[in-house]
Amino acid sequence: MTRTLRMLAVTFWLQLKLLTVSAFTGILQIVYPLFFATTAFLVYRQNGDPAALVYAGLGSAVMGTWSAIATTASSALQFARWQGILELLVAAPTPFALVLVPITTAMATTGLYSLVATLVWGRVLFGIEVPVGNPLLFSAGLLMTVLAIAMFGFLLSVAVARYRTAWAMGNMLEYPGWLLCGFLVPLALFPTWVQWVSWALPPTWGMDAMRAAAAGESPWFDLTMCVALGTAYASVAALLSGVVLRSARRHATLSLT
Amino acid sequence: MPVIEADDLGRSYVTTTGILRRRRTTVEAVRGVSFQVGEGELFGLLGPNGAGKTTTIKMLMTLLLPTAGLARVLGYDVVEEPREVRRRVGYVFGGDRGLYDRLSARDNLRYFGELYGVPPHEQRRRIDELLDLVGLRGREGERVEGYSRGMRQRLHIARGLVHDPAVLFLDEPTIGIDPVGARELRGLIGDLKAAGKTVLLTTHYMFEADELCDQIAVIRSGTIVARGTPSELKAAVSGGHVLEVEAYGVRPDVVTAVRGVPGVRSVSIEDQGRSQLLLVQVDHGVEVAPGVLALLAGTNVGRVITRQPTLEDAYVELVGQTESTESVG
Repeated sequence: MTRTLRMLAVTFWLQLKLLTVSAFTGILQIVYPLFFATTAFLVYRQNGDPAALVYAGLGSAVMGTWSAIATTASSALQFARWQGILELLVAAPTPFALVLVPITTAMATTGLYSLVATLVWGRVLFGIEVPVGNPLLFSAGLLMTVLAIAMFGFLLSVAVARYRTAWAMGNMLEYPGWLLCGFLVPLALFPTWVQWVSWALPPTWGMDAMRAAAAGESPWFDLTMCVALGTAYASVAALLSGVVLRSARRHATLSLT
Repeated sequence: MPVIEADDLGRSYVTTTGILRRRRTTVEAVRGVSFQVGEGELFGLLGPNGAGKTTTIKMLMTLLLPTAGLARVLGYDVVEEPREVRRRVGYVFGGDRGLYDRLSARDNLRYFGELYGVPPHEQRRRIDELLDLVGLRGREGERVEGYSRGMRQRLHIARGLVHDPAVLFLDEPTIGIDPVGARELRGLIGDLKAAGKTVLLTTHYMFEADELCDQIAVIRSGTIVARGTPSELKAAVSGGHVLEVEAYGVRPDVVTAVRGVPGVRSVSIEDQGRSQLLLVQVDHGVEVAPGVLALLAGTNVGRVITRQPTLEDAYVELVGQTESTESVG
């Protein structure tokens, strides 16, 4: 158990290092969320409603985290496949699920940066003060949302290990995710069937929990749903990883050749 | 008990072509390969590109499921007990891939040390030893992206040894490395054998196999066509001799005609820039030079020599009879 925890911690740290040492990647991670947040602030500022700006401020903060994970979780494993590293990760005796968790968690950590940076950006440049009624529960919501998105990325990664072109799914999910998770547009504006899809996504509940905690309301139900769904995604990914890996070995999809 | 055991091992792939009318084709990459490797032995799997060497190694490494036959490593079935196999084997392939470029050599080794469950107190000592072994001491803190190809390959070997495996699979480890680097690497592989590791090496460099391997299996189109020690393989063709003819602009129909000369076992042609080298394997006691030179009458001919066969000649003779069957490497 201790050895597993150490393995998770060390590989998480090295994956984080891998994500942050490149100047160009770093700049992208800094600039991208701020660019999207700025666009959202400029749009929402037009109707002059401070509440709408707070809505956008919170939504665009989580939006960056979603983008960081939805796109990079799938492309990172594809990159590992190109580099021949995916086979080496599979060839190690550590269960593949445990190999993937630090990778997606490291991505979520860079996403956490974008979340905080966007909140600071909104406050400094646009004067958007997000009133936080319950700071403790707000922080819990924030962390749970990031972790739940990481678990979603974990599930995506498992698919990428099996299918050589599944990385495209990450890119495909980025923008629909912004809408489906209610980051920028209230879900009530969508047809009912869209709301059902949204409820199946853990960030929707995390976002609601953060909004509730910020407004001083009880976030417990949303928080519980976020944790439950995140755990469900992680469990499905862990269970699938064994089956998926065997299928990848059968269909020879771990490498490009 | 053999350390590596392949028994009638086979692997086929299904490929599809077309968009609307998809056609499925089954490609036999490995067809009934059988061999055994004893403890501490350095076993070479030789063959041209696409012969099935890498596919065989990947099945033994548990990265691919065989579609036929069975394989065991240290007594563990590669299909049923993959984790037991993975704990005990190391895998190194050639080329510049297989490393985290943006991490240092030490971090790469730490990463895989953790994945292989090397205890922390052992890890530092082991990594230091490996850095010494592969000659990267002093450069271990630098990012891998700045390494030369030879340094990367040496680091790759260190990565494959980080958990001190009993068995090492080396898949064309010297490919693309300059002669000096390749020689150093061969020295390193020799040291591993001396340290008691069981090594399965794939290569298509004959001198490498001749220098390093205890046993060699020659694989062609997914089938083992010959097996033995380097000396035994050379002896298989040593009953004859090799006629080497340097020529300029040899036509394909002439090569075909040379194959038909009585006493000629096989013919291959090597492009040497402006000239070509016609290599004719000849039966013992048969003189074919006049007949071959007569066929080359309209061609400019340079040096003509007769010599004893090398392992490379044995290899060329064994794999030279090209087959039209499809194969995957």
